[in-house]
Amino acid sequence: MAFKHSYFYAVFWQRIKRNRLALAGGCVVALLFLVSLLAPLIAPYDPNGINAWQVLEPPSVQHWFGTDELGRDVLSRVLYGARISLKVGFVAIGIAVAIGTVVGLVSGFYSGIVDAALMRVVDIMLCFPAFFLILAVITFLEPSIWYIMMVIGLTGWMGVARLVRAETLSIREMDYIMAARCIGCSDSRIILRHILPNVVSPILVSATLGVAGAILTESALSFLGIGVQPPTPSWGNILTSGKDYIEFAWWLSLFPGLAILVTVLAYNLLGEGIRDALDPRLKR
Amino acid sequence: MTTYLIKRILMLIPLMVGITLITFSVIHLAPGEPVEMQMAMNPKVGKEARERLRKFYGLDQPLHVQYFTWVGKLARLDLGRSFSSDGRPVTAKIKERLPITISLNVIALLLEFGLAIPIGILAATHRDTWLDKGITVFVFIGFAVPTFWLALLLMYLFGVRLNWLPISGLHTLGSDSYGALHYLWDLAKHLVMPIMVASFGSLAGLSRYMRSSMLNVIGQDYITTARAKGLPERVVIYRHALRNALLPLITLAGFSIPGLIGGSVIFETIFAIPGMGQLFYQGVMSRDYPVVMGILVIGAFLTLIGNLIADISYALADPRIRHGA
Repeated sequence: MAFKHSYFYAVFWQRIKRNRLALAGGCVVALLFLVSLLAPLIAPYDPNGINAWQVLEPPSVQHWFGTDELGRDVLSRVLYGARISLKVGFVAIGIAVAIGTVVGLVSGFYSGIVDAALMRVVDIMLCFPAFFLILAVITFLEPSIWYIMMVIGLTGWMGVARLVRAETLSIREMDYIMAARCIGCSDSRIILRHILPNVVSPILVSATLGVAGAILTESALSFLGIGVQPPTPSWGNILTSGKDYIEFAWWLSLFPGLAILVTVLAYNLLGEGIRDALDPRLKR
Repeated sequence: MTTYLIKRILMLIPLMVGITLITFSVIHLAPGEPVEMQMAMNPKVGKEARERLRKFYGLDQPLHVQYFTWVGKLARLDLGRSFSSDGRPVTAKIKERLPITISLNVIALLLEFGLAIPIGILAATHRDTWLDKGITVFVFIGFAVPTFWLALLLMYLFGVRLNWLPISGLHTLGSDSYGALHYLWDLAKHLVMPIMVASFGSLAGLSRYMRSSMLNVIGQDYITTARAKGLPERVVIYRHALRNALLPLITLAGFSIPGLIGGSVIFETIFAIPGMGQLFYQGVMSRDYPVVMGILVIGAFLTLIGNLIADISYALADPRIRHGA
């Protein structure tokens, strides 16, 4: 398997270490993991603790990010919100990558009519404005974070499928695949042992970038009131009250939005960094 | 060219069938029946009335029969009646809102390209300078800004703080009595923020693409030739390189259509613009399934048409296709 080549790893590390932006992105992502793990320990207040005496207070020493319309501490809610976006990002993209990889491998390996049929499905799915499709499906489901993750995943696998298919098509023609065939490997063994390991890197890149997209989608859905339901804090639904109180409370809009911005930026920088580090054409 | 056109248009048919199949299954595979949603609000509906309603919507028929009835109606532009209290035909509802969404998106698209092309050229011609790096930073931030958050910030800045621009709707109350110029000025002021938000979404990606497309062209032999024969850099870039660098952008314009249409849900909801996105959102919130289904199909068809226009323009612009096939 590709992972075992220590040389491959060494070059990858050497390159990514030189890319300061990618490193910064990686650090922020790691920090977010920590924050969501340790949210109960580091959050200064209970994220759902209502305080009728401190409603819509601007940022202060006690409440760094201010308080919301129910007197809840915005900083604590933003910290807890990291959990949602992390969960959504990973589960949704996990689903998208799983479907996309299977479709891409099958399509690229067998080609012919299977390939044609699967790729038409991809074309058709791509015709739908993704946000419309997600909203339409969610209309008929009870609002729940699990449905949201599923639906984002089920409507986001097409890019991965095309990518994996393209890679598979070129790998399939390699001599070592021919060799594997000659010694009598079954199709599934060739796909799983000889092709899959070689498409892992492009999948990794598109998954990292995909997490950023999924976080954006989830926050937009929650903002519209269709995603994560209050009182569970998510960056998107804090922004909903930001909109309702925009005339009195700028802090409700500013901080959760910045959290989304920084998170998405970090994943994008990390993803691009991994892409550059894996690209053999960029040898310098 | 004609054969290309015919081939391209014939290709639409399976895609259209697919779109209707997916829309139909999305609605019918979801748990619960559409009628249930309509009746959930009203517990007094008896079993008999329920059956009557099921029959009225044809839900007592087998699925494939329902599908063909639905497609048959769709072909005659009959999308059924809305579940909302006015019970108007969905087609009529969409018809009055579609022009708003389309014109907003077309303006946004033009603005996007008008900005992204010069930004991309600047970044490419000043490669690796501070200017290029500055643009790259802008692009990365642009990728990461949620559009609805941008809308909120603009609303706060221009609407609440500076009080320069109205924050919702298309017209001021009572604008009907304004003179023509005043009316237009009022409309324009209402449109500034929504269009900024709509075009910002893909501005970053587009300028990034323009940059790499330009760099790609600049690296080719004919550009070296043009430089070698002593043409001024301006002529090399704008007459020789630009034309070829613009070609792939045509296709990209086609690809950006679903994003624009999907994005209209967000900015139309925030700025209370009575377009198709807002109608869709309202449909989703009230589980008005004829509306949701109708807009889903129309949104996908619009994408198809957008891609078709993009492909035809590409063929017209690229002599290799124009004179070939």
